Amino acid sequence: MRNTNLALRCLAAGAVAALVATGCSTSTGSGSGSGSQTITLYNAQHEQTTDALITAFTQQTGIKVKVRSDGEDVLTAQLQQEGSKSPADVFYTENSPWLAQLDQKHLLAPIDAATLQQVPAADSASTGDWIGVSARVSVLVYNSDKLKASQLPTSILELADPQWKGKLELAPAETDFWPIVSSVAKAYGDAKALTWLKGLRSNAAPNDTIPDNETVVSDVNKGTNDMGLINHYYFYRLQAEIGKPAVHAALSFFAPHDPGYVLDISGAGILKSSKHQAAAQKFVAFLTSAAGQTILAHGDSFEYPIGDHVAANPELPPFASLVPNSFSVADLGTGDDAKTLLQEAQLL
Amino acid sequence: MTSSTATATPAPLRALRARRGRAGWLVYVSIVIALGLLSPLVLVGLDARQAGWTEIHRVLFRARSQRLLVNTVELSVVVVTAAAVLGTAAAWCTERCALPLRRLWTVLLVLPIAVPDFVAGYAWHSIRPTFTGLWAAALVMTLSTYPLIYLPVAAALRRADPGVDEVARSLGLGRAATFMRVTVPQIRPALIGGSLVVVLTLLSEYGAFEIVHFQTFTTEIFTEFQFDQAAASALCVPLVLLGLLVLTGESRIGRRGRVSRTASAAARIARRRRLGYGTAPVLAALSALIALAVGVPIGTLLYWMHRSQRSTLPAAATVGKATWATVDYSALGALVAVVLALPIAIMAVRRTSIARRLIERSTYLTQSLPGVVIALSLVFFSIRYAYPLYQTSLLLVAAYAILHFPLALVCVKVSVVQAPPRLGDIARSLGRGPAVVFARVTLPLIAPGLLAGFCLVFLTATTELTATLVLAPTGVHTLATQFWAYQSEAAYGSAAPYALVIIALAAVPGALLGLWFDRERYSRLATEQSSRPTAQGPTT
Repeated sequence: MRNTNLALRCLAAGAVAALVATGCSTSTGSGSGSGSQTITLYNAQHEQTTDALITAFTQQTGIKVKVRSDGEDVLTAQLQQEGSKSPADVFYTENSPWLAQLDQKHLLAPIDAATLQQVPAADSASTGDWIGVSARVSVLVYNSDKLKASQLPTSILELADPQWKGKLELAPAETDFWPIVSSVAKAYGDAKALTWLKGLRSNAAPNDTIPDNETVVSDVNKGTNDMGLINHYYFYRLQAEIGKPAVHAALSFFAPHDPGYVLDISGAGILKSSKHQAAAQKFVAFLTSAAGQTILAHGDSFEYPIGDHVAANPELPPFASLVPNSFSVADLGTGDDAKTLLQEAQLL
Repeated sequence: MTSSTATATPAPLRALRARRGRAGWLVYVSIVIALGLLSPLVLVGLDARQAGWTEIHRVLFRARSQRLLVNTVELSVVVVTAAAVLGTAAAWCTERCALPLRRLWTVLLVLPIAVPDFVAGYAWHSIRPTFTGLWAAALVMTLSTYPLIYLPVAAALRRADPGVDEVARSLGLGRAATFMRVTVPQIRPALIGGSLVVVLTLLSEYGAFEIVHFQTFTTEIFTEFQFDQAAASALCVPLVLLGLLVLTGESRIGRRGRVSRTASAAARIARRRRLGYGTAPVLAALSALIALAVGVPIGTLLYWMHRSQRSTLPAAATVGKATWATVDYSALGALVAVVLALPIAIMAVRRTSIARRLIERSTYLTQSLPGVVIALSLVFFSIRYAYPLYQTSLLLVAAYAILHFPLALVCVKVSVVQAPPRLGDIARSLGRGPAVVFARVTLPLIAPGLLAGFCLVFLTATTELTATLVLAPTGVHTLATQFWAYQSEAAYGSAAPYALVIIALAAVPGALLGLWFDRERYSRLATEQSSRPTAQGPTT
């Protein structure tokens, strides 16, 4: 029986240790210095780049930033649950529909006019309630051992052509895919977009439910599949991870202004409920300033900075060389039309 | 023992009455605990209502739902069967066979539970990208959930009275027949309890299925979640119904069969059978199991680290901090779960009634819901009614306890079933107060179950991701969230060390479980030899 007691003591000792530890961590958490200001950032963007941005921001302004990172869908749901009591000051996310969703529920505060002027007006909300920070572009990724660039479709519509049956991989639940759907619907109407989606589904099956673009690009690189539809930076991140010699894939852009050639915007918004409005405005202004945009360009997020006069990562084709269609963030909205179409095509 | 109860004539009556009184109190405590555990369902209901009938109708009644239902049911049947066979066979090997390096095996066999599901999924998928669909999902889930059956069954085998088996054998029953007709009924509660938890885990599993492209209601909830939280909640309804169905089925089968002993309280450890020529095949089979369940994921992680071209391996300090946070939250969550499971287990075992069974069964339901749904409902409640708790470690600890409560309950219950209540009564009849009896007789008797429950919840909580991301204090990272942060940026090499630490961390409770049970075995043999019944309580 002595050993039984030993077990109980182990349990009790562990419990006390854990309790003490939690006690400590909660107390250090709440007593974070009164001298300097601290804001809370809900972050759904590339975490390492966000950390680099924050370090520079704190150095410049003395304002500390606490970060909560999660997927943009969950953070948006969490912000809606929190409502007016949200501890968040700023929300920085990958795709604009989430910001549009929060804006629709009147949870965002207007961005300072001077800050809005740091980026092209078309890349921010027309209400001025959130601001564009960086851009990504939709491209085809293909396995360069299996296909030649000259064989590839130049229009997104051709992807539904039966000749690509079994050669395509699709991640329809990935929000990066929605702007493409919206863009096709805007260019050709809902009926044609739906037929196109059904064609994509039949070409991609059984690989029409890939969970994310990381998997698409990695599968194409391994040769599991011939090609996939992604945002450009997934390719560059994979290349950075495994090194150029291990890369057997390449990117192909659609024809200029093709509905599949979409420039998608990543942005930030300030919560109306924030009690640190001034500091939050400073943070958002920093993200879109030359200093912030330069950090974005040099990190390994491989997105395009959209602020004036900041060159992109030299690995990427220059921003000026891109010829996307005229589809803007305002056209995308909350992505509802894309959602409906994807569900009708049984892709969601 | 019988003589001691016979001489103290008024005592049994008093003890009985006292037990009644205590039992009533237990039911009330259990109801409060059950309501607390079920509270997340309220938000699911509210959300589903907010979504409206048309939306519910749209997401539930379409061709896709039928496929999801078929997928979910098929997978559950395959995995539960496979995990039950594997878990029971493994438990038999470690408990009833003279296995070389037995202690090591008892540790290794528990380890797969500490391999995060998304890591296992990625590992298999990266070996063969065509590794997808039902059988892929079934393989990954069988390998990661069989310990949920192995642990309670091993504990039951350890405590089961070998005397009954010996009697059956001496009466001429063959080895296989003895196993089926005598041993299986003895381990039945453990087997069924374990299977129940496996099914509920499958219902709420997400990470692994997403990777092997296998769609269930839970993966659909995550997809739907991207558009509309209310509609996602509507999709929880079939999950809850499936959970209810499984629980009803379990209580039907579970009622048959009772644990019996040749002599009350005189539990004896079965002599372990020599394997002889069977040693090599058994060892080979166990090694293969561990290689598939733990070797493949660890191998993949090491490969990631080796292949990665990035120089940014995480600093040791960040790993250390994340480890500490993980241990801290998981241990507390496990402790809370075990403490809450204790009254419910005692209530459910000491006397059976429909009401008691309902209370106990209801506590399993939340396990069928994905972690993120539970987490967001805790956000909902704490924002409205307990704002100071929001985004503190306490809320995360509560989430772990709620999410993994059934794991604790299964373990604790098995122990309580096997601890004869009579021993407590005898102690009461000898004049000890209820608190003393509880602390010195009941608690030591069920300690193995408490410890097993603690370890199991701890192991599972260290790999929890979706609820942790929502509820952890802002700025705090755990091993799982750090792994996710790097992995979701395709920085696999930087992600790998965090997963490796999770697995290494799990070796500690795994080893503790295995080693502690072994010590107990020797001490009990010693008590037996001195022919003093354990009923006397601990002698300090």
